[in-house]
Amino acid sequence: MTLRRLKAIALKTGFWLLVAVLVLYAIFPFYYAIVTSLKPSSQLFEVSYWVDSLDFSNYVTVLSQPTFLAAIRNSVVVALSVVLIALLLGLTAAWALGRVRFRGRTTVMMIVLGVSMFPQVAVLSGLFEVIRTLDLYNSPGGLILSYTIFTLPFTVWILTTFMRQLPDELEEAAIVDGASPWVTLTKVFMPLLWPAMATTGLLAFIAAWNEFLFALTFTLTDSQRTVPVAIALISGGSQYELPWGPIMAASVIVTVPLVVLVVIFQRRIVSGLTAGAVKG
Amino acid sequence: MAQTPAAPTPGGTLEANQPVRPRRERGTRVRRRRVRAAWLFLTPMLVGLALVAGWPLARTFWFSVTDASLSSLEGANFIGLENYLVYDNGWYGILADPLWWQSVWNTLYFALVSVSLEAVLGVIVALVLNAHFRGRTLVRAAMLIPWAIPTVVSAKIWAWMLNDQFGIINHLLMTLGLIDAPLSWTADASLSMWAVIMVDVWKATPFVALLVLAALQMLPSDCYEAAKVDGIHPVRVFFRVTLPLITPALLVAVIFRALDALRVFDVIYVLTSNAASTMTMSIYARQQLVEFQDVGYGSAASTLLFMIIALVTVVYLYLGRRQLGGGS
Repeated sequence: MTLRRLKAIALKTGFWLLVAVLVLYAIFPFYYAIVTSLKPSSQLFEVSYWVDSLDFSNYVTVLSQPTFLAAIRNSVVVALSVVLIALLLGLTAAWALGRVRFRGRTTVMMIVLGVSMFPQVAVLSGLFEVIRTLDLYNSPGGLILSYTIFTLPFTVWILTTFMRQLPDELEEAAIVDGASPWVTLTKVFMPLLWPAMATTGLLAFIAAWNEFLFALTFTLTDSQRTVPVAIALISGGSQYELPWGPIMAASVIVTVPLVVLVVIFQRRIVSGLTAGAVKG
Repeated sequence: MAQTPAAPTPGGTLEANQPVRPRRERGTRVRRRRVRAAWLFLTPMLVGLALVAGWPLARTFWFSVTDASLSSLEGANFIGLENYLVYDNGWYGILADPLWWQSVWNTLYFALVSVSLEAVLGVIVALVLNAHFRGRTLVRAAMLIPWAIPTVVSAKIWAWMLNDQFGIINHLLMTLGLIDAPLSWTADASLSMWAVIMVDVWKATPFVALLVLAALQMLPSDCYEAAKVDGIHPVRVFFRVTLPLITPALLVAVIFRALDALRVFDVIYVLTSNAASTMTMSIYARQQLVEFQDVGYGSAASTLLFMIIALVTVVYLYLGRRQLGGGS
């Protein structure tokens, strides 16, 4: 009896230890970035595990740089525009793929899935040419255009999944009332799809906010950079003296909004990620 | 793929007139109109995809058989397969470049190791999150954080933690007495691959865990009750019941991750730049395209990468068809 009690206690302790280790592993790097960003540069090279100073000089340094502020502005503009475009195109396509039976539907779905598998570097030279022809090189427009390649496929995919789950009776009623497909979509389905659109919008926003390769290749000047590129290019006097304090402060600034979004909308994000993937 | 529409509820008011079923044979006029509308609604998306994916890909294929350079894309001349392989008093071209083969090997090694680790860790994390305990929501939110942090930022934070002189990881290992001299994680050719794998595993495990968790939450509970009544050991239950049932979800997660790992660019570029020991196919292609301005050669490398990923995708779809019987 006591042995069994001991075993149960040991199991419970082991389980909680495992949870503690996993949580520590997941959040420690971000926590450490915060710790580092709050240090004055004189203390930067003494390793500390706790927040032992509250020095905001690194934040002042970063936020007083016009290029960094421009990068934040560019990132916001690009990410929001990408979300709008992906939702608009995705919603109309999802209605067609989710509610209508027509020949070639499977082919279209396969094309959408295929595009989401594209390695970005495979379209780099062709896309560079398109962007230069449209005179969008080194501007947010070029990034907004190129980001649709990876946001549009999964937006279509997830919205189609949600669209299929809506009851048929709604549409039948709308057809009987003589509503056109456009009216059906905007007046009947849109109100029901808000949760799904919030989910896909969030995922598209995060993907656009984090993108690096296109942003690095299709921008040239500091004023047109996005946040990830700006952070990657922060450099010091030489390779061996990177300004780690400001880099960590910048990292914390651009990550906090995402972490807040994820914590608030974790249910939505999880449902979106799984709806997009758990599919035959 | 398609759902069969739900039959109208019996006892409804539909006996008198014909039930309206938009997705079955109905008034062909309405159906024709709907199909036309469907194509009309698809047009914006298809045009968008053609502009940013189809056409650029075709152009990349074309550039790969020309001598295009970044400064003169228009003046490109057709040179056949010379970018891939050519004999000119010795073999030249990508397929004769030892650095290309090293980047292929690096990519495969990175993909295999990181995705395996992510699958194992992801299942463990999912099992933990599936248990009922206080604070589960908080733990799940904590698990999502690595996934949300921008890749570039993760790479920078880890670069700082792995810093050879002032990094906390060397400090920790030295304090614990596991190493007696600091290791240069990102500069040492034998360690840098492990550094990038470490970062990738940290970042992508939550994604795998979430997909597996979704599958775990849909498992029928009666198997487990039966196993409990029969007194079967939990470990055995896991391998005999749970694992087979979550395998489809795990496979989806693994293929998504594998395709991501095969085209990996940002995390490695930020951590180790263009170092040969961690160079992947994407980094190789971009270096040729942008830094050496050799669009022809770089496009050829991109084309090869595309072919490899297409091959993996086709094999996966083919196997998936056969295993899952194409059901939804």
